[in-house]
Amino acid sequence: MSRPLVRLEGLTTWFPIKRGLFQRTTGWVRAVDGIDLTIPVGQTVALVGESGCGKSTVALSMLRLVEPRSGAMYYDGVDLFSLSRDRLHAYRQEIQIIFQDPMGSLDPRMRIRDVIAEGMEAFGIGENDAERTERVAAILRRVQLDPDQMNRYPHEFSGGQRQRICIARALAVEPKLVICDEATSALDVSIQAQILNLLRDLQDDLGLAYLFITHDLGVVRYLADRVAVMYLGQIVEEGETERIFDAPNHPYTRGLLAAVPSVDPARRGVTASVMGDVPSPANPPPGCRFHTRCPEVFERCSREAPELYAVGDGRSRCFLNESSSRS
Amino acid sequence: MDAHHWQNLVVAVLVSGAVVAWLRARRSDLWRDAGRQVVKRRPLACSVVAFYSVLALADAVSWKSDDPDCAGLSQHKPRSVIDRAFRCDFQERSYSAPLADREFYGGNELTFPGLHPMGTDIRGRDVLHLALKGARIALLIGGFTSLIVIPLALFFGISAGYFGGRVDDAVFFVISVLSSIPGLLLLIALIMVLGHGALQVCIAMGITSWVGFSRVVRGETFKLRELEYVQAARALGVSEFKIIWRHIVPNLMHLVVITFVLLFSGLVLSEAILAWLGIGIDGSWGQMIDMARDELSRDPIIWWNLAAASIALFGLILAVNFVGDAVRDVLDPKTLREDA
Repeated sequence: MSRPLVRLEGLTTWFPIKRGLFQRTTGWVRAVDGIDLTIPVGQTVALVGESGCGKSTVALSMLRLVEPRSGAMYYDGVDLFSLSRDRLHAYRQEIQIIFQDPMGSLDPRMRIRDVIAEGMEAFGIGENDAERTERVAAILRRVQLDPDQMNRYPHEFSGGQRQRICIARALAVEPKLVICDEATSALDVSIQAQILNLLRDLQDDLGLAYLFITHDLGVVRYLADRVAVMYLGQIVEEGETERIFDAPNHPYTRGLLAAVPSVDPARRGVTASVMGDVPSPANPPPGCRFHTRCPEVFERCSREAPELYAVGDGRSRCFLNESSSRS
Repeated sequence: MDAHHWQNLVVAVLVSGAVVAWLRARRSDLWRDAGRQVVKRRPLACSVVAFYSVLALADAVSWKSDDPDCAGLSQHKPRSVIDRAFRCDFQERSYSAPLADREFYGGNELTFPGLHPMGTDIRGRDVLHLALKGARIALLIGGFTSLIVIPLALFFGISAGYFGGRVDDAVFFVISVLSSIPGLLLLIALIMVLGHGALQVCIAMGITSWVGFSRVVRGETFKLRELEYVQAARALGVSEFKIIWRHIVPNLMHLVVITFVLLFSGLVLSEAILAWLGIGIDGSWGQMIDMARDELSRDPIIWWNLAAASIALFGLILAVNFVGDAVRDVLDPKTLREDA
């Protein structure tokens, strides 16, 4: 693994549940509950999991769009979570985000040129407006859009084009890490492939690192160097992409992979080994958080919470690995 | 500088402001299309509103001149464009019916027989002249009060919705307190404190009517602030103030325009109620109607006074409401989204 760019340690983000006349906090939604994750320079880490497992909260917390409750995020040896808002500003440039809905993430009242130049202005990139316009044109060409269209409004573009604009906006401030929060989920499959290829080319040319948040395992296999599987606010398994797909260790990862619809008729109709719904993160089950749905559950799972055990190059949060990792 | 010079200056500022706003709106496709569509949907109502605006402007610009027709006092008074459309000292001694030759009471010969198309009022003033002059007051009530209401509502609504937490609590406390005092009582109290002038009445009405719109702005801001483009702007290190100015305010503008048009007619009508209570603005249609009320009990009835003011008021309100509905249809985000 190459040099780490961003290192998350024990990221925890809880949302208060407020009730009653005085809005007292009566409980917490444990959206993200102690996540350790390392994103190496110029590589892609995928964060996968079901809806509601806290993937997007990880993204928002990393940008401090949502304040984490505890934990640390080291960038260049600096813990960004402990910085004041003013001092954080300089680091905002390094980490950017691309959202899922390309319509909602572009201000309908702003021209494309202004959308992309906004971040440049905030960080003082480019001497004046004319120079920034030139940079905008260059970036638009980079994401394969026509620079002549920069004076148009977002609604004049298709979904795929809008996502390219969002990519251009993120790249405009020359970040080192781009968080793609379900960046391709809202697109048609053919457009998805174009965007994925574009992201890959950009990574090769600019040395970007990606944190790819998705539930689409096909995308993960295509793009990611490493995969982290999340369940109920925790990472249950983490490792190299090939290993995760070829030899998934955690029962949840196996369930996820089995649930992917296959085009191969021989594999059609494989029953899902993970049943039921995700328990509420406001009231996670005791012991192993997955034990309520685990096909390999045994008595100890509901009493004790497993830690992450070393598995191959990665880690897995399952008691079944306890002995093997000790020996 | 005299009072009428100041007034002319204010008119000049307002007109140039309107022209600048119009030119800026023309540059944006959205506003240009919206304007065109409103005119296309309601051409008659739009032209009626435009007519009233021209009347108001014509009455707002005034100057002094040595008119040989004018005798005595009125020679040294500034007269507006509308005043000049009528003869100087176009007055009788008392009531006269429309186009009558003689006074209503006493039957004396009029100074201008047959030249008062809507008759004259108790003090012998030409009713048509008064009704036309009322347009300025009506637009002043609607327009100036909106100029107070909209910034107030935007300021409080946006700060409550955007910053949330304590700020929201504080603003909501003010809103709750204001809206739990009966509106009319508060209005009367404010006018007692501020005084009786036209501007004072407008300020009082502004203070009592920003609450509703502020609630709408708060809710909308709350929604906008969670949108991904605002989040993206935050991630891009754009300052909170710039986010509000660039992303929140422009996306509230359609609400501002809709509210302005709908608020306008409500304000003009509520001035009529104030006039009935005796605390209206001098020269407004409300006051004309209030004065005419006493005359309805006479026999034979004196109706022209009431009719002129009511028709003028009705015409403006109806036209503004039609335009308001068209504006809402065109700018409402729900109808907007469909073609977006």
